Parts: sequence; structure tokens; C-alpha cells
Amino acid sequence: MGELERRRGFGADVVTAELATAGLPRPVWRPWGFLRERLTMMGIGGRWAVILPPLLWLLIFFLIPLIVVIKIAFSESVVGQPPYMPLLTISPEGDVQMTLHLSNFIFLTQDHLYLDAYLSSLKIAAISTILALLVGYPMAYFIARSGDRARNILLMLVILPFWSSFLLRVYAWIGFLKNNGVIDNTLEALGVQHLIDALNAALAPLGWAIPPLPWAMLYTDFGVYIGIVYTYLPFMILPLYTNLVKLDGALLEASADLGAKPFRTFLSVTLPLSMPGVIAGSMLVFIPAIGEYVIPQLLGGPSTLMIGRVLWDEFFTNRDWPTASAVAIAMLVVVVVPLMILQRAQNAVVER
Amino acid sequence: MLDKPEIAADARPWRDPEAKPFVKIRDVTKKFGDVAAVNNVSLDIFKGELFCLLGGSGSGKSTLLRMLAGFEDLTAGTIEIDGQNMANVPPYQRPVNMMFQSYALFPHMTVWNNIAYGLKRDHLSKPDIDARVAELLHLVKLEGYEQRKPNQLSGGQRQRVALARSLAKRPKLLLLDEPLGALDKKLREETQYELVKIQETTGVTFIVVTHDQEEAMSLSTRIGVMNQGEIAMIGEPQDIYEFPNSRFVAGFIGSVNMFEGVVTEDEDDHIRIRSAEAGCDVYVSHGVDCAPDQILWWAIRPEKITLTREKPEAEFPDANITHGMVEDVVYLGDMSVFQVVLESGKRLRVTKANSLRGDPEAISWDEEVWASWSGAAGSVLTS
Repeated sequence: MGELERRRGFGADVVTAELATAGLPRPVWRPWGFLRERLTMMGIGGRWAVILPPLLWLLIFFLIPLIVVIKIAFSESVVGQPPYMPLLTISPEGDVQMTLHLSNFIFLTQDHLYLDAYLSSLKIAAISTILALLVGYPMAYFIARSGDRARNILLMLVILPFWSSFLLRVYAWIGFLKNNGVIDNTLEALGVQHLIDALNAALAPLGWAIPPLPWAMLYTDFGVYIGIVYTYLPFMILPLYTNLVKLDGALLEASADLGAKPFRTFLSVTLPLSMPGVIAGSMLVFIPAIGEYVIPQLLGGPSTLMIGRVLWDEFFTNRDWPTASAVAIAMLVVVVVPLMILQRAQNAVVER
Repeated sequence: MLDKPEIAADARPWRDPEAKPFVKIRDVTKKFGDVAAVNNVSLDIFKGELFCLLGGSGSGKSTLLRMLAGFEDLTAGTIEIDGQNMANVPPYQRPVNMMFQSYALFPHMTVWNNIAYGLKRDHLSKPDIDARVAELLHLVKLEGYEQRKPNQLSGGQRQRVALARSLAKRPKLLLLDEPLGALDKKLREETQYELVKIQETTGVTFIVVTHDQEEAMSLSTRIGVMNQGEIAMIGEPQDIYEFPNSRFVAGFIGSVNMFEGVVTEDEDDHIRIRSAEAGCDVYVSHGVDCAPDQILWWAIRPEKITLTREKPEAEFPDANITHGMVEDVVYLGDMSVFQVVLESGKRLRVTKANSLRGDPEAISWDEEVWASWSGAAGSVLTS
């Protein structure tokens, strides 16, 4: 009967909306309309009204401070308040002079400390990113594959650490990592020392040895890795999760159907399709990890060389603002280059 | 029942009680929680068949297909494919391939890599894979598209890539989940015949899941109609349409006029049904397994009713002729659909082929008409 019924009855009742509102007094005061009129008078249309606030925000709180830092980087250090020479001077003849001091940047190349700190920062950030990826990927995969209710609880747990202070959480790690701290004591209580002894006996012919308990974990690079991976893990998990949860289950079934065992399916289908998430997560861990100051300061040892600490020392211990600014600018360049490489890789992956 | 045309027995193995089924589904049940998606289904499918599982959404047809592919565990029952019990055989070890409803093409791989994916899993040599992929691309007429990505293809091309990929490993059994569902009507009709042709040339057994009865009718050797997790009827397309076994099947396939009635005469060679709805007796010119005074249903297809302005000669006394008024006429080009209101108020749907161009004598709105039919035109349904 479908056709018959479809061809009938176009006579739906039409009530004219005008009738309902006719005769009512028009509202006199419309704040949004007033605002829009004023903005339009100033030449700010709808599109600009949306773009302008974030643009102003970036200008005032990002671009201007950056210019100030660049300015300081090109000036000369003095003992005084502020501790640098002004860039623009007015000579006695009334000419405006600008003196750019490249010496701060040249100094960076002359002292090994800075290059070492950059390379060390890159190394620590890279290793931390890989560790975070290795830990975060299975977690993100598991969360994405769990049921709806469990998924929300697990995501909540991933975000939960952000509810307490970052500094507090890093301090808490000191208690775990220190000699005879929570980890050492637990391992000792579990009798791991016997296991180590047995392993050492087996490894002795190879010349290897596992150090005996208690292990020194605090004030080493190991502590820094733990701290960075722990702190930035959610930034790895969340983009990976959003990527993996979108993965079409039919693709995994299709792969299995065509004869691929689960691990092969992971390598051929899941992993390549999750590359945008891997890159996004890696960027979110790698970039802040390069400039990290608090974690190496609290958990790292005296030999842990990171650019954030160098920066801190230049600013607050040496009070050499121009050199510190030069370090900051150089770091910006060092960070932006890998960022651009990753961005390009991500675009390439997305286009595929 | 009418005599069906006899074709060589080997072409229709399901007619041969000795024939060994290729896929043996026995008492299969699948429960999701307390809900049985598939309930106690038994089904035999023979080698070289193109079997359609037809049903509405939620009828369990896709679940049954997924159990054959190994994506769902069975709650009870057994599935045998080619004599091998499929219990505990993971999907990647089954001699079965599936074409997914969404096609499930790997978006990050080229057409070539998609088709070669299954072959690589079998660790074939590079020249063998090359040859097989070329052969399949030729089969689905996609030569020259090797290096395209799925998102650079049209819907019809993706469908053909999916088909080629699922055929690549020469499966014994190919499962197709709504294979033509995502195509537009015109492309669907073309692809239907292509699919049948490919099935005939490759000789692979196809099991197709569809909700489209027209698709099922034109594709399949046999149809299994599913309703609420159970098989309502299994039969050749003609049987399903002309000899439905229940009101559900009669109503689900095509359109039908259904009348409730009471048996008044129950002889070996005929029965007579009194139906107040029809406005006349219904004379059925063959015996039916029923009892006098039994309430049953009589179903007739719209194209089996003849409309005339004059009362025709009664073929059977006081039966199979009823009177009504044309309430609506829908012109569909090849045929017209008449809606006739009977004296009982029941509406009768009648179709008539428009064999004359611009027929001036055609029956029109508000005309008094007589509807008549032959003694074998309808089906008697007891359930």
C-alpha cells in the first residue's frame, strides 16, 4: 500500500507564524543588537568579532613577551636594575642608536655547557617520549577497547592526577625513589635480593652484574625518566585514545578474515592507522619535556644536564638576563625544528 | 501444489535427499544476554549455491553470517563447513572469506595492497601474488586502479575492490553482508548480475545477507527467510513468492492481500473458505491439510486478480468474484496499482500490466468493478 499512501494527503495544516506574534510590542532594549551595531560602526564585522579576542590574547601574552625576550637577548649584561643595557639609545647628538649584541649567541657556541645541555635535553626528552609511548599505547588501546562504562572510568583515572598539584606529585616520587624508600623497601620485603644474587651468579661469566639493593634511583637520570614519563603519560594516552577509539572494528575483522593473526593485524592495520595519534602524543610529551625544569631539579642528579636548569641558573644565580634570553631563544629554535618535522610527518600520515 | 519444472538433479542438490551439504548449520543459537539473536537455526547449504539470508533488521541474519565467519561464538549448536567442525577455529584459520557491509577496505593501503593482503598472509611468492591480483582486477574490471587509495574510488569501485579482496584467497565459502546495500538503485541492478556472473565463473559458494527482497529474488538459488532469529522458510525464490508457508513470509516478500476465513468445505480436491472480509467464498482448487470450521488465512498476490467492469462468468458457484469500488489508481509506467474498496470495507490491491499505450478503456477512479481470480491463484495459510 506504500505508493498509494505516499501519493495522498499534502494537506498538512499550516499555521502562519506571523499571526501568533502580530500585535505584540517590539522589544526596545536588545543588548546584543546594540553591541553588534557599535562593533559594526568600528568596522568589526561578525568574522572579526570572533577572531579578534584570541588574536589580541596571543598578541599581548605571547608575541609581545617574546619580542621582549628577543630584545634582551641582543643587549648587553650590566650590573643594575634592570640587569641589561637598553637596545635603543639616544646619543648626545639626538640620533637614535640601536646596538645589537650578538655576543650572547656567540658565547653559547663557545661554552660546551650549552651545547651539551641542549643535546642532553633532546636525549632525555626523546627517551622519555619513547618510554611514554611504550607505556601509553597499550593503556590507550585497552581503554579504547573496553566497554562504554569501564572506558569512562578508566579515562577518568588517567586524568585524575591532574586534580592534585604537579609539584606535590613529583615530590611524592622522592619518597618512592630515594634510598630505602618505598620501592627499595618493597623489593627487599619481597626477597628480590635473593633473586639478584642468583642472577648475578648466572651473569658473572659474562662480566655483568646487577647492583645490590638498595638501589640509587633518586638523583639520577633514571629518576628524571620516571618523573617525565609519569607526568606526561596522560598527554600521550589521550590523543592515542581518541585515535584508537575511532578505529573501525570491521577493519580488524577484515584482517583476521583474510588470515592475519592478531599480532599481524596490529602491525599491518592498527599501528599504521594510529600514527596520527602516535605523532600527536609524542609531540605533546617531547616538547614540554625538552624544557622541563622542575623534574630534573627535584629528581635528577648533579650530572643531569638539562637546558631548563641552565636557563634557571643563568637567570637567577648568575643574573645574566641577556645570556639567559639567548639560551631561551636558541631553545625555541631547537624545539621548533623537531616540531616542524613531526608536524610534516603527521600531515603526510593524515593525507595517506 | 503446482508441478514445478524439473531441472537436472545435480543443478539443484537441495532437491536430492542424498546430497551432502557443504555448510551444515545445526541447532545454532546465539544469545546476547537474555536475548536470542539467533534461535535454534538449522540450515544446509550446498556447494556452488548462492544462498540468500533474507530478513528485516534484527532478524538475526547478520549474526548468523558472523558466526559462520567466526566473529561470534555460538551459544549452542554446531557449524560444519566442508565436513570440518568450526568450533574453536579462529576467523584467520577458516576457509571462509567475508565481504563486509561497509567494505572495510584498509584506508591506508592501495587497491593492490588491499587485494594482496590475504595472499601475503599465505606467504605466496611475489610473482604469484602479482599474477593473482592482476587476475582479480581483471575479474572486477578495475585494471589501472592498482595504486589508488580507497578514498579515491567511487562507491561502486570500492564494492568491487572489496569483492576482489574477499575472493583473492579462493575461499570455499564467501559470505557477503549486504553487498549491494551502499550502492544506488541503478548501480545495484547492474552489479547484481555481475555478482551472479562472478559466482558462476568462480564456482565459489556464496551466502548473501540482505534485507532487500528484490535483491534476494534476482540473485539467489535459494532464499532463507529469517524472522526474529528463526528461519521462517527456506526455498527457491519462486516457492517463497508463490507458495509462502506462513503469513509472515507472504507479507514479507512482495505485497499481498490477506483474508481471514473459515473452512466450509474440505474435500480432497478442493476446499471452500467463507470470508466475510472478501465478500464472497474463496474456492481453492486443490486439497489443503485443514479441518472444517478451522479459521485460516488466504493470501493472494495483487497481479493474480483480474478487474472487470462487467461481472464475469463464475468459474465456481458463488466464489472467487467480489464487488467493489476503485478508490485510487497509481500509474507506475509498466503497471498500474488499483486500490479497490470491497463492500466489507477491506481494501484490495490489484496490479495490472499496462500492455496498451495510453489505454482509453483503462479502469479509473470511482468505478464499480468486479474482482475475480482462479482457483489456484492464492495460498492457504494456517499459521
